[in-house]
Amino acid sequence: MSRLAQLFEGTRAEKRAALVGYLPAGYPTVGESKDLLAATIDAGADLVEVGVPYSDPVMDGPTIQAAADTALRNGFRLRHVFEVVESVASRGGRAVVMTYWNPVFHYGVDRFARDLAAAGGLGLITPDLTPDEAGDWLTASDQHGLDRIFLVAPSSSEERIALTAKATTGFVYATAVMGVTGARESVGASAADLVGRTRKHTDLPIGVGLGVRSGDQAAEVAAFADAVIVGSALVTRAAEGTAALGALAAELAEGVRRPAVPAA
Amino acid sequence: MPEAEPVTDKDPKQQRTSHDPDERGHFGPYGGRFLPEALMGALDELSAEYDKARLDPEFTGEFARLLSGYAGRPSLLTEAPRFAEHAGGARIFLKREDLNHTGSHKINNVLGQALLTRRMGKKRVIAETGAGQHGVATATACALLDLECVVYMGEVDTERQALNVARMRLLGAEVIPVKTGSRTLKDAINEALRDWVTNVDTTHYLLGTAAGAHPFPVMVRNFHKVIGEEARKQILELTGRLPDAVAACVGGGSNAIGIFHGFIDDPGVRLVGLEPGGKGIETGEHGATLTEGTPGTLHGALSYLLQDEDGQTIEAYSISAGLDYPGVGPEHSWLKDTGRAEYRAVTDAEAMEAFQLLSRTEGIIPAIESAHALAGALKLGKELGEDGHILVSLSGRGDKDVDTAARYFKLVEDV
Repeated sequence: MSRLAQLFEGTRAEKRAALVGYLPAGYPTVGESKDLLAATIDAGADLVEVGVPYSDPVMDGPTIQAAADTALRNGFRLRHVFEVVESVASRGGRAVVMTYWNPVFHYGVDRFARDLAAAGGLGLITPDLTPDEAGDWLTASDQHGLDRIFLVAPSSSEERIALTAKATTGFVYATAVMGVTGARESVGASAADLVGRTRKHTDLPIGVGLGVRSGDQAAEVAAFADAVIVGSALVTRAAEGTAALGALAAELAEGVRRPAVPAA
Repeated sequence: MPEAEPVTDKDPKQQRTSHDPDERGHFGPYGGRFLPEALMGALDELSAEYDKARLDPEFTGEFARLLSGYAGRPSLLTEAPRFAEHAGGARIFLKREDLNHTGSHKINNVLGQALLTRRMGKKRVIAETGAGQHGVATATACALLDLECVVYMGEVDTERQALNVARMRLLGAEVIPVKTGSRTLKDAINEALRDWVTNVDTTHYLLGTAAGAHPFPVMVRNFHKVIGEEARKQILELTGRLPDAVAACVGGGSNAIGIFHGFIDDPGVRLVGLEPGGKGIETGEHGATLTEGTPGTLHGALSYLLQDEDGQTIEAYSISAGLDYPGVGPEHSWLKDTGRAEYRAVTDAEAMEAFQLLSRTEGIIPAIESAHALAGALKLGKELGEDGHILVSLSGRGDKDVDTAARYFKLVEDV
């Protein structure tokens, strides 16, 4: 069983959703990003997504764009991502890497998979790589025992959800709304609908991301998803330091543990 | 044994040539779709609609009528004998895309995609623009076809090309200055993609070059193929033979791929793409993607790319805003690898010299983009000698560049 599967077996046994927190490697510096990830895990995140800062983040809103810019200006290099993942793994945390495809392609898909596995990473989330173009990654992830987390969106057809779910391992990443990353007032009904549609095609856990920023929202999403993924809200809080970040992560962790309230 | 299903003439596959990409948009290893899942539905819809439209006489007829009755096609073929005196005595012929409505080849693709937008029942169009040529062409087509138009333009470019911003607004478009990243074309595309992913139900992204995710590279190329088809006919009529070489500038590569395709099955015709060499390849300040880049993904396709050792995109540089792009259309990458086309870099200085030379010898002020092709032709002429015939894609007119040229040549005080 993959380590992500073990994670979800545990949270399902506890009848709760998992909390997944995103932070970019190297933000604001490589060293500080390790501390911030550690604070997120200590506050109760079950899994962290370590983001790779990239020059052209077309899926990201202003918050994560700005963080990526800062990280790159402060000297982030791709090799640092393995160092950051290793820091998570060495203190018992679980990490996957979220990255646009070109850095992986350029590094060499098999080489990236090998180095990520060696650093203790569990898999990759690929926002601009769909299974259609993922031949090399399917092979490399199998080879190195990594999970491959692909995304589904509200605009995905049944056929595409089926294709995506079939290629995915670990969990399916459902983007709650049509749009880029960023905290939102509400996550919207489209997320629950998408999770429902996706469940018809797979038994894999389903994580919902894009827009969650508070414990209440986390609880709301946790009622229908297996994981609540929080990015921009954590990145915003990270600018205030580890204590502030830990407080938000703790609020979110409490949110995913609330007993589900049946929808009105 | 079952009989093969008969291919009807409604079957889009029958219309495909050996130069079309595979079903997922691959030219050899290049192309494809490297974009978020959220856009896959829209790309599938666009592919399906385009495959139908390209065979639908109603669509092709309306497109042809707009090209002739609105854009001003066919564009002229003009021989440039005084200019050619500086090209080793070879004969040089200019395909006059500068004479099209809005002043460049861009109108061909824009009219095609705007018609498709209407066919898909979408009412809103977004576009990116660098120098403003594609933005102006898009705003024009949207005015004509009653579509809402939003153009993303890097803040740096809105300052450099303030007049084009005014033109777009005059045509009823909303121009949004992009303040992220390098604040130029690359970031305008990023921002347009972010808009598209948010508003994809109602909005068509009218991409301005033969790059991006499938079906854009093949679709944009096909809308521009008319350049090469006309030119081939015109040059045969004029000279009785095919040219030895076809020269075109390559930023994203849309005018080049359009003119190349008129000659791609003529193995004796060299296809030469001229890339922006900027301040010189050795300075690192250039946009010579095919000459200096390596394969990578950007804006939806795998193609040659200017990138650093971590796969981060490197900012391009060129005196010509329209060529200032670190990527290139995937079919050019394939043509480079197969050897069917060759790509060379032309520096700012060489391009500006050709810009001035054409102005003074032929009375035609070219776009600085097109001046790269002209500079390439001057060199090719010397290589080919007196019997050489060179066809140049004069992709746009230089009115928009007068300010840049005035500074460059110090033609007026205090600019």
